[in-house]
Amino acid sequence: MSQKSGRVVAVNGNMVSIGFQGNVAMNEVVYVLSKGKRLKSEIIRVKGSEAQAQVYEITKGIRIGDEVEFSEEMLSVELGPGLLGQIYDGLQNPLPEIAEQKGFFLESGVYLRALSRSKRWSFSPQAKPGDILRRGDCIGSVPELHFTHKIMLPFDFFGEWTLADIVPAGEYGVEDAIAHVRDQRGVERELRMMFSWPVKRAVDCYVERLKPKQPMVTKTRIIDTFFPVAKGGTYCIPGPFGAGKTVLQQVTSRNADVDIVILAACGERAGEVVETLKEFPQISDPRTGRSLMERTIIICNTSSMPVASREASVYTAVTIAEYYRQMGLDVLLLADSTSRWAQAMREMSGRLEEIPGEEAFPAYLESVIAAFYERAGIVRLADGSYGSVTIGGTVSPAGGNFEEPVTQATLKVVGAFHGLSRERSDARKYPAIHPLDSWSKYPGIMPKEVVAYAHSFLERSSEVEAMMKVVGEEGTSLEDYILYLKGEFLDAVYLQQNSFDPVDASVSPERQKTMFHLVLEILGADLALKDKDDARGWFYELRQSFLDLNGAAEDGDLYQSSLKTIRETLAARNPRYGSEAKNMLLRLE
Amino acid sequence: MNKLYSHIESIVGNVISVRAEGVAYGELAEVTSRYGVSLAETIRLDKELVYLQVFAGSRGISTGDEVRFLGHPMQVSFSDNLLGRIFDGAGSPRDGGPGLTDNLIAIGGPSVNPYKRIIPREMIRTGIPMIDLFNTLVKSQKLPIFSVSGEPYNQLLARIAMQAEVDLIILGGMGLKYDDYLFFKDSLEEGGSLAKTIMFVHTAADPVVECLQVPDLALAVAERFALKGRNVLVLLTDMTNFADALKEISITQEQVPSNRGYPGDLYSQLASRYEKAVDFDGAGSITTLAVTTMPGDDVTHPIPDNTGYITEGQFYLHGGRIEPFGSLSRLKQLVNGKTREDHRAIMDGMIKLFSSYRDTLEKKSMGFQMSAWDRKLLKYGELFESKMMDLSVNISLEKALDEGWKILASCFEPRETGLRSELIQKFWPKGMVQTEAAAG
Repeated sequence: MSQKSGRVVAVNGNMVSIGFQGNVAMNEVVYVLSKGKRLKSEIIRVKGSEAQAQVYEITKGIRIGDEVEFSEEMLSVELGPGLLGQIYDGLQNPLPEIAEQKGFFLESGVYLRALSRSKRWSFSPQAKPGDILRRGDCIGSVPELHFTHKIMLPFDFFGEWTLADIVPAGEYGVEDAIAHVRDQRGVERELRMMFSWPVKRAVDCYVERLKPKQPMVTKTRIIDTFFPVAKGGTYCIPGPFGAGKTVLQQVTSRNADVDIVILAACGERAGEVVETLKEFPQISDPRTGRSLMERTIIICNTSSMPVASREASVYTAVTIAEYYRQMGLDVLLLADSTSRWAQAMREMSGRLEEIPGEEAFPAYLESVIAAFYERAGIVRLADGSYGSVTIGGTVSPAGGNFEEPVTQATLKVVGAFHGLSRERSDARKYPAIHPLDSWSKYPGIMPKEVVAYAHSFLERSSEVEAMMKVVGEEGTSLEDYILYLKGEFLDAVYLQQNSFDPVDASVSPERQKTMFHLVLEILGADLALKDKDDARGWFYELRQSFLDLNGAAEDGDLYQSSLKTIRETLAARNPRYGSEAKNMLLRLE
Repeated sequence: MNKLYSHIESIVGNVISVRAEGVAYGELAEVTSRYGVSLAETIRLDKELVYLQVFAGSRGISTGDEVRFLGHPMQVSFSDNLLGRIFDGAGSPRDGGPGLTDNLIAIGGPSVNPYKRIIPREMIRTGIPMIDLFNTLVKSQKLPIFSVSGEPYNQLLARIAMQAEVDLIILGGMGLKYDDYLFFKDSLEEGGSLAKTIMFVHTAADPVVECLQVPDLALAVAERFALKGRNVLVLLTDMTNFADALKEISITQEQVPSNRGYPGDLYSQLASRYEKAVDFDGAGSITTLAVTTMPGDDVTHPIPDNTGYITEGQFYLHGGRIEPFGSLSRLKQLVNGKTREDHRAIMDGMIKLFSSYRDTLEKKSMGFQMSAWDRKLLKYGELFESKMMDLSVNISLEKALDEGWKILASCFEPRETGLRSELIQKFWPKGMVQTEAAAG
């Protein structure tokens, strides 16, 4: 170990300057010793014999001359069994344990271990002495809740290693030695169930990255049918405040068809995290029948917690996601909100007196955002299994204007865009994903042409609506008016979804298909409607029955009766279908 | 320990610097000049230079004035003696009463562990249908009132303060006009609430640095009372002045501005104050209502914009009424499922129809012919505005719901409302006949 020492020479907001002797590494973690507390910090610039560090805590009370301790490590997370169901802050401190020790408040300088050291796990070895191992290879497993948690050769064990010995099946703690490996030069190293990995480096122990193709079902109709997300893909949800970004993410975190969900609450409201962490343990996951919390990890760095750890929190989250991906699992990472993370970068850039880019964001904003989203992906692992990390990030554009730097940088790198609009949320049309602005490059659960066909009604309806604003209802032909009503109908009964209704909140792909077929039967039909009043009245009646249907459980009477009413209402107007409509309906069957 | 320094190195804006040793970041000092003694806070350390922000401003400060460090950060006294008292932004009495120095507590403390928060479950009734019915206020919520100068936002704030059932009211006034300060004092006195009120008031005539302290003082005191089991309502008016003070100070410190001159950390600064709103598990709570006047009535201005992302909704006060569009209580879903079964349906249904009414109004203003449906909407909109939106309406939630059904029934056929059939069967007023607006 080199002889290192350092002292604080300047303090400005959450940045301290350190005068040091010896060698210092960029992004090295250091501790400022102030009033008996150790304040975690990260070196973000080195210049001559002075280094600047961002402090992950409130800097009040730091004095010139305070001693600094060097850790010789980059900011890392602990990886191993015991992460599932946990609630961490941005630096992977377990919040429940901090609450137990310190009460109501998050005092500075308190760091606890992320993984329990006392818990015993029942380990079963899989690799045998003499086996050749590469990083990421499985040497054994432990059951973690209902998952088989693979114990892997740490990701920084480059090259080939030979397993020298391994413990028999039994109960071990995460720090117990479970095996020894030797490299070609005969260097022997001990293996434990846990190891650490620097958060800002992507885990790259896989054979190849594949194209995301398989849809990740969210049970939200407008997403699954119109703007799907694929496993291993990326998507973003920009929207002005109050448009429902967070509610949409909460709904997705409950219903998404993945193995593990990681929620990174980054610089947002504490109250929203609380809802998740109090409610998830009570809700059962329909896939497994176990509590939803058992498949969830929360990384929570809310807006009033120190800014620097906000920046770290998204990396902590994605690193844990990659770790579980290495076990062949599908992981969904929801980051709310990436704008707050970008703002944290901006604050620090300002303190460093870097030359600002647009809206004072640093010039490297785009490349940092791109690098983050690129950590998503579906990969083939060495053992032939597949794992994926899907990333969905909300963006909170200033003034709701999508032209701002963070939204633009994000749009360049994601595969789907769910743009929320103030106009729709004001009219209580939830989820407020704008059907004409949004897009997705991924395949969904319905045939593409049929979706495009349905979407064309929305486009034409909005054209007619715009025209009507100029020429008035009386200047619009009945044919156009019906087109307008069809678009409105599709919007009201299919795009909009009530996330607080027990049935409507989550709609299975099968039910979506049935409903979509039914909606298409109405959209595609030439109908015998007398005049505009007749048309409007008829569509409203249909909408009424359809909304009843949306709220009805499939095994109930209301479901059958509403379905019957809809069929009768439709039949009464003698629907006839052109060749395109017939074709589309056929494709859905 | 309390060493005296008698040479000021630089004076820039309200920031002075002295050469001193052993000073902690955030430490408080006293600056004595020929115009009196002022507090100052350490805002930057650079080698042996200490930069201090002078609360009373730097006007008249001489390079030869004395600076004495106090060895502690900004503090405020906390005890029941605070009740009924009025202080300024430096924590000194404004009401002529004695200064308080017992049981000093630090301000701007650490944030609450999210794990120790609980999900808000209790509604705060205000008697205002636009709040109770459409955007319910919830205990421990943080909500701003977005408004423009000239709107009766302080009147609304005072009315909510007096009608809401809370143990304690703490008013933080920032850049208040003196008249408004007197208005609050008088109306709380008349309403008999002064004894359960504590006021920290910075008026427009006071030094700008003191403006920054007001929310921290108010919230530090609120937090302690909440920990003792009290339900506290904190009123902050006007947060725009607070943000403008931040801007003024960051610009004089030569920080790179991010958006329209505001500092890049505006979001974090506002968030650390608003996030003090909390419901403590096993103790009291803090509910925060704050006024944000929107410069130029522009909601995309950085102050309302950043605020909207932090708070749990917002009320738009416009033309003396709370606007249904844009106004939102994010926590309402936590409580409005337990009030009455028709609450949510009426809330959504009426707003959807009101939105159609606004479209019709637009069509009408452009001179288009009104259809029968349009005429129904016009009638509905007028009734909604007078019976629901008018701020003089003061009725309970249940009465407001009944009123809602009455309005609907007098304008529409049941199927036109988009409400579910089972609710219509139960609540649709019997024997109500549409006074056919379409006839005209």
